[in-house]
Amino acid sequence: MFEFGSDEWVQAFMQAINSSPAYAEAAKTWEGDFYFIVEPGGPVARELVMYMDLWHGECREAQTYPDRSAKQPAFVISAPLPVWRKVIDKKLDPIQGMMTRQIKLQGDMVKIMKAVKAAKELVECTTRVPTQFPE
Amino acid sequence: MWYFNSPLVVFGEDALNELVAIQGHRAFVVTDSTLLQLGHVDRVTARLKEAGLEVRVFAEVEPDPSLETVKRGAAQMADFGPDWIVGLGGGSCMDAAKAMWVLYEHPEMAPEEINPVVPLVLRQKARLITIPTTSGTGAEATWAIVLTDTAENRKLALGSRENMADIAIVDPVFVAALPPQVTADTGMDVLTHAVEGYTTSWHNDFCDGLCLKAIQLVMDYLPRAVLVGTDPEARERMHNAATIAGLGFGNALAAMAHAMGHSLGAVFHTPHGRAVGLVLPYTVEFTGLTAPDRYADIVRFLGLGGSAADAPRLLAERIRSLAREIRQPLSLQDAGITRAQFEAALPKLVENAENDATLVASARIPDSGELSRLYACVMEGRAVDF
Repeated sequence: MFEFGSDEWVQAFMQAINSSPAYAEAAKTWEGDFYFIVEPGGPVARELVMYMDLWHGECREAQTYPDRSAKQPAFVISAPLPVWRKVIDKKLDPIQGMMTRQIKLQGDMVKIMKAVKAAKELVECTTRVPTQFPE
Repeated sequence: MWYFNSPLVVFGEDALNELVAIQGHRAFVVTDSTLLQLGHVDRVTARLKEAGLEVRVFAEVEPDPSLETVKRGAAQMADFGPDWIVGLGGGSCMDAAKAMWVLYEHPEMAPEEINPVVPLVLRQKARLITIPTTSGTGAEATWAIVLTDTAENRKLALGSRENMADIAIVDPVFVAALPPQVTADTGMDVLTHAVEGYTTSWHNDFCDGLCLKAIQLVMDYLPRAVLVGTDPEARERMHNAATIAGLGFGNALAAMAHAMGHSLGAVFHTPHGRAVGLVLPYTVEFTGLTAPDRYADIVRFLGLGGSAADAPRLLAERIRSLAREIRQPLSLQDAGITRAQFEAALPKLVENAENDATLVASARIPDSGELSRLYACVMEGRAVDF
């Protein structure tokens, strides 16, 4: 099991993405890197910063950072831990999460809305990572 | 968590007289030249003037309104300074009015920036009234906006929940003389909204009843409205059905039939309602293979019998039977598309559908190969079995 938000989890997620033909197909034209941020609260003492560089259906780089200063990604998606958990458990559609402002997005929303299939496949990939959540 | 948005809906005979009670100073009417010629604009402006409002009309909205038209209308709006905006027409006019409203309130924005995530903060300068003149799009009761980027030849699905009209006036006077073909096309749009609103993965308790009722109204009244255009009851019930379906799918999202239909519209210029109605039974069959339960509800509600597993097939058959009755095409071949045209267009059809925002809410999302096969079925009129 990998703890959500840890470097090990991010590496496992990268592996899941790069072994998914469905993601490769759905995201074949996608160009854009991300910070996925777990906001502080509950067991999360300070924000967790996960960086992923997604490019033409594969993940070129994935790692955690102590804060947001290392990169300037095209997209920053942030939410508290319970909301991330709902997304990974497929109880919350990420686009619906953004529309209800449970998930905050910085970046080109129009580009995200045109990549809905890729977003779905990305969530699908998280379900293949044995995940435990910080307690 | 989710939302249910609705305007105040004023419906039925003489609903238009609600305009006489509007409080304000200046109203800007967004419409098209045909409605001006038909006298529908005069019906509206006369009542607004009776309410004491100064009125200006922008009658330059074209079918599939462009970004340029929206910017031009917003500039005239800024010059006039209305406190009410009236979108009068089909979906094109109402969508254009919604987009112009955003630019009027926020001149620094581009229409492409209107999205459901970033708050817009509207209603600082004006409020919106929508008045549909077809029984189809439901745009009077949705916040979605579809515009066309003519430079890139693509449709843009935009909108924010704040774009919802304050008042929707659903008066059957505007549809009493709609031609049969327009009635049929727009009626199939209503059916597609209602079926997809009920079966999308974003379906919810607040929308379900609306969608089922709209499906029932279409099945009962669309043939009468098409075949006996002078039937006032059929016209009124179909007009109500369009708004009811708009509320239903607008708060649950449309799905794959819209993604595939939008693509057909962009490539072959098939009218929107005809396009989505044409692909609807095929998407029912495709989605129903893995998620039949919601279709079983619809089939039960319509009293069609059969088992849950059989429901998608039964519903698809019922939709095709309705289409036959109102002389709508059942395949792309029926719609006049040749095999050569289809094969040349297939890659673009698939690419457009894959990139359509409505695909997100489909209960089953096809990959590129499945979309190609689906379009091949639609081309040949062959039932989907994969």
